[in-house]
Amino acid sequence: MFTFTLRRLLIAIPTLLIISLVIFLLLEAAPGDPLGEVPLTVPPEVKARMREALGLNSPWYVRYLLWLKQFFWVEPVHLWDALFGTSYGEGMQRVISFQSRQPVMQIIAERLPQTLIVVGLAYVVGVLIALPIGIISAYRQYSWFDNIGTFISMIGFSVPTFFTGVVLIIVFAVKLQWFPSVYDTTLQVTDWASFKAQIRQMVMPVTVLALYNAAQISRFMRASMLDNLGQDYVRTARAKGLTEKVVVLIHVLRNSLIPVVTVIALGVPTIFGGAIITEQVFKVNGLGQQLILSIHANDMPMVMTLTFIFAILIVLFNLVADLLYGILDPRIRYD
Amino acid sequence: MLDATGKALIEVSGLKMYFPITAGVFRKHVGDVKAVDNVSFTIYEGETLGLVGESGCGKSTCGRAILRLYEPTAGAVRIDSKDVLAADANTLREMRPKMQMVFQDPQASLNPRMTVAAIIGEPLDEHTSLSKKDKLARIYELMDQVGLNRDFANRYPHEFSGGQRQRIGIARALALNPKFIVCDEPIAALDVSIQAQVVNLLEELQDRLGLTYLFISHDLSMVRHIADRVAVMYLGQIIELAPRDPLYLEPLHPYTQALLSAVPEPDPEAEKSRRRIILKGDVPSPANPPKGCNFCTRCPKVMDICRQIEPTFHEVQPGRYVACHLYQETAG
Repeated sequence: MFTFTLRRLLIAIPTLLIISLVIFLLLEAAPGDPLGEVPLTVPPEVKARMREALGLNSPWYVRYLLWLKQFFWVEPVHLWDALFGTSYGEGMQRVISFQSRQPVMQIIAERLPQTLIVVGLAYVVGVLIALPIGIISAYRQYSWFDNIGTFISMIGFSVPTFFTGVVLIIVFAVKLQWFPSVYDTTLQVTDWASFKAQIRQMVMPVTVLALYNAAQISRFMRASMLDNLGQDYVRTARAKGLTEKVVVLIHVLRNSLIPVVTVIALGVPTIFGGAIITEQVFKVNGLGQQLILSIHANDMPMVMTLTFIFAILIVLFNLVADLLYGILDPRIRYD
Repeated sequence: MLDATGKALIEVSGLKMYFPITAGVFRKHVGDVKAVDNVSFTIYEGETLGLVGESGCGKSTCGRAILRLYEPTAGAVRIDSKDVLAADANTLREMRPKMQMVFQDPQASLNPRMTVAAIIGEPLDEHTSLSKKDKLARIYELMDQVGLNRDFANRYPHEFSGGQRQRIGIARALALNPKFIVCDEPIAALDVSIQAQVVNLLEELQDRLGLTYLFISHDLSMVRHIADRVAVMYLGQIIELAPRDPLYLEPLHPYTQALLSAVPEPDPEAEKSRRRIILKGDVPSPANPPKGCNFCTRCPKVMDICRQIEPTFHEVQPGRYVACHLYQETAG
């Protein structure tokens, strides 16, 4: 298991380098000018100097290598400094956003908590309600519970989040006035009242995203359970005289979890990516919203860094999914 | 051989297993697949009852319904005079150790993610309170009994050959010292040389442990080898039940005659003169069986009465039961 993990991590290095090059070249090939929003009244020679200051005059491979150096060397050094109070990184050029002239990593660190709290919690809630629904739906196939569950998950799956989000805002924020329609990121949780306010503003975005995630995962869980419930070994287990609880939860569930675990594990990177649309609807200024803003402004370093972090997470959680297979399915051995 | 004075272990009476057919938006119940339709028989302690018939005639369904792996539509099954079909979930679970099953597909019927030791040992966890050491000892004992190497205890089913997997299935069935085992085509998925091994193992275990078998098969020669009495099924009903030798020597029911005429003869001279009875047409759908006798659409000796009245299943000679109008008249 350890050597397998190590080997996979080593293979991930060239994979990620190629991914970073592809992202860089795609952004390079995309139309758009980082200085496009500079007013026309600014004289051309000033513009040329601004361009030079941003480093846009050097050839693409120089800028790519510079970015690589900044991302893989300068940023970790700065992280080290921030964590342990040292100052090795002084004077080194960090990845700077064109738009705000702030270090990109600093912006990400500011926005990550919002995204993780809202989107991450929605994911956890989604998984926690999806698994029992999927299991019961499959066990009582075509019962009223199954019919209602399948119907709701079909709705959750097919109605886009920008629609459910707006519907919730109209019903609960405008008509009933139970929850605020805008997520306030400046809110500090200091006492009971502010904690309640935080919960209230989280309810709607979490509900919207949890419904969407739960819809997807419960369908997978149900289908996978149904596949296994009809298997001969389940009949064997019943013939042994096991209780239904043992038959369903030990024999069937464990065998059914493998495809579901893939879906769940590969869904985790999307949490960090943020739910772009839901964050827009509820004005949660998380990473998804930042990505949209940066794309609009042609903020190359920001887009490049964010996209690349998503790529790392996807590669990483692929590995996590593979390792979980090894735990769930003893026939799969990694060595 | 048949011992009429033997104690009846399993009594099946009027067993019916209908699977509903539903149609339309509201899944209206429009009919039934009569997989097992009014079947009655008795199995005596220590004997092997062979259950034969062509594919889809309801043999496996019958075996599973007896052990209540399905919920039968009607009828009664008594094992040791205790009713299996009337028992509630808990009583049934306590009765399970007495009646076990060896399944047809040794690959699919074992949980792919459990080791051999876990598969064999799980019934022990569930129904006994053995210590870890005693349990392992029992698992090894069972593996010895079915001729599996003890070193294989921690392997997974996919690492075995078909014959070995079937041995795991048999060891599993034996774990709780059952009295009665339903062998649902235990040899159909195995190749011929392995079939002999497994059948010999089953016979040996029967002698040693005093087991009673319901041996379901479509292999007439194998049933002739292992069974004491044979029941022939057609379209969900038992049409003939008789001790082995008389049945193979002189089959009474036209369907049994046709079935036995299809068994190839090993002697080439005899094979040349063998006269086959070729049945015309297909088996009718069990959802819509013909009026009268189920076999009337294909029977070479069909009479008018066969299309009108369903023959009753009754004893025509001591120990021989037939459901056919040919014998109904002679019997009176």
